[in-house]
Amino acid sequence: MTDAQADRPMIEVEDVRFSTAGRVIFDGMSLTVLRGRITAIMGPSGTGKTTLLRMITGQLRPVSGRVLVDGQNVPGLSRHELFALRRRMGMLFQNSALLTDYSVFDNIAFPVREHTRLPETLIRNLVLTKLQAVGLRGAAQLMPTQLSGGMGRRVALARAMVLDPDLLLYDEPFSGLDPISMGMVLRLIKVNNDVLGVTSVVVSHDVEEINQIADYCYVVSGGRVIGAGTPDELKRSDSELIRQFMSGAPDGPVPFHYPAPDYRQQLLNEGQRHD
Amino acid sequence: MTKANLLLRRLTQAIRKLGAVTLFFVGMLQALPYAVRRPALVSRQVHNAGVLSLVIIMTSGFFVGMVIGLQGYDAFSRLRQEDLLGAGAALTLLKELGPVVTALLFAGRAGTALTAEIGLMRATDQISAMEVMAIDPMGRIAVPRFLGGVISVPLLTAIFNSVGILGAWFVGVQLMGVDNGAFWSQMQEYVETGDVNEGILKSVVFGVAASLVAVFEGYTAEPTAEGVGLATTRTVVITSVLVLILDYMITAFLL
Ligand SMILES: Nc1ncnc2c1ncn2[C@@H]1O[C@H](COP(=O)(O)OP(=O)(O)OP(=O)(O)O)[C@@H](O)[C@H]1O
Ligand SMILES: [Mg+2]
Repeated sequence: MTDAQADRPMIEVEDVRFSTAGRVIFDGMSLTVLRGRITAIMGPSGTGKTTLLRMITGQLRPVSGRVLVDGQNVPGLSRHELFALRRRMGMLFQNSALLTDYSVFDNIAFPVREHTRLPETLIRNLVLTKLQAVGLRGAAQLMPTQLSGGMGRRVALARAMVLDPDLLLYDEPFSGLDPISMGMVLRLIKVNNDVLGVTSVVVSHDVEEINQIADYCYVVSGGRVIGAGTPDELKRSDSELIRQFMSGAPDGPVPFHYPAPDYRQQLLNEGQRHD
Repeated sequence: MTKANLLLRRLTQAIRKLGAVTLFFVGMLQALPYAVRRPALVSRQVHNAGVLSLVIIMTSGFFVGMVIGLQGYDAFSRLRQEDLLGAGAALTLLKELGPVVTALLFAGRAGTALTAEIGLMRATDQISAMEVMAIDPMGRIAVPRFLGGVISVPLLTAIFNSVGILGAWFVGVQLMGVDNGAFWSQMQEYVETGDVNEGILKSVVFGVAASLVAVFEGYTAEPTAEGVGLATTRTVVITSVLVLILDYMITAFLL
């Protein structure tokens, strides 16, 4: 790798506009994810954090703007190039997305069997190592339907990192986890980053937890980045918006509510008509 | 909106859907090598679509055969031609009822299961997860299920026909007293290779149609509980109508 490549950010989102079902989700969205760092993306529910990850993996195309991953413009890639790029990515889905007709073991072995020619004994060791790391080695033979939500999430995490990707995208890795599992997942993300040099993008609402490990944070709201900096910088930010988010106050500049007609007006009108 | 406008919109929708199905089919052809290199995936689907349909196919086949035995005996005995029952039952089953009823039963038993399964995979992000893992879900999910159906339907039709003839034999020979030797010898006498081929052609065409509809509807279902339910219903309705239309077209073409 040349120096120029090494210095180049892993992800560059440049002035992206995206709309779906007639609603504008992003307008003028830009952010940068540096190589080998843990970058947190925070923001209220429904601002498009999952949508952003889907654009980075090339499942959704922006209306305009560029999404560069490792210098390649994702929306412009051919299917073949996109698949080659995706082999170097791992993604933890918000709802686990385990394959329901495979056991836990086979779910994790699946990408390995598809993309490598490793002998079965090596695959077995690899899968068991990853399961051990998420504390579910004993659950290897269970089917996904037999897992709790939190267990499924940890299996999905093991699957996302089984091929040691260069880039790991985590969509809400902590939701639905007990404090012990949460600590474990936090440490795993950190270890992946420190030991293996993985670039990590963590979408999360859990401000406290994510601030322990994140090198850099973006706060997204209303279709664009409204604040960026290290966790400490954000906490000391003089923007009321950011401080509201970092302290979790429901009322402030960041709307807690999905756009709706005036509450009082709607209640008063309720007797006459239904909107 | 005026009636003409509505009609025009319906027509556009239908054409658009036909285009989408065609593109989907081309997509499956492109992903064919992936599935062909993994025969285990296909045989698993032959099991799901074929083997698991055996009970319903054999039960239905036997009863359809018995009804043909009864009705055939009634008709032929009016002409004092009871000996022709074997030939009559075989021709009815091989050329018409076997392929058609098997395809309809397949749509209800296996087609709905395929649609619901694939629709749920989409709704729970399993298809997205595969894409992100750089594995083509067309090759992994759609093609093996399609091939499983295409292979199963002709085989199920053959089983339906065999069991049906046994049903007709049971009623005609065992209950109504048609001569056993005449039953089989008249069948040999009058059933020709062309009749068998017509049935095989129909069962292959129906198999392709039923499997394509089931897989397409599942793959393009709206990823919600309601969307998957609607897609499942559409699979049965579209397959049934399509099979009956195709049946007429093939028959008219061959006669
Ligand atoms: N298939 C879809 N059709 C229409 N609108 C959609 C669709 N998917 C998402 N949206 C809209 O896009 C917006 C962003 O959704 P997204 O899932 O990216 O939010 P999010 O930031 O990940 O939220 P959360 O934190 O709750 O997961 C939402 O307002 C949602 O209404
Ligand atoms: Mg989300």
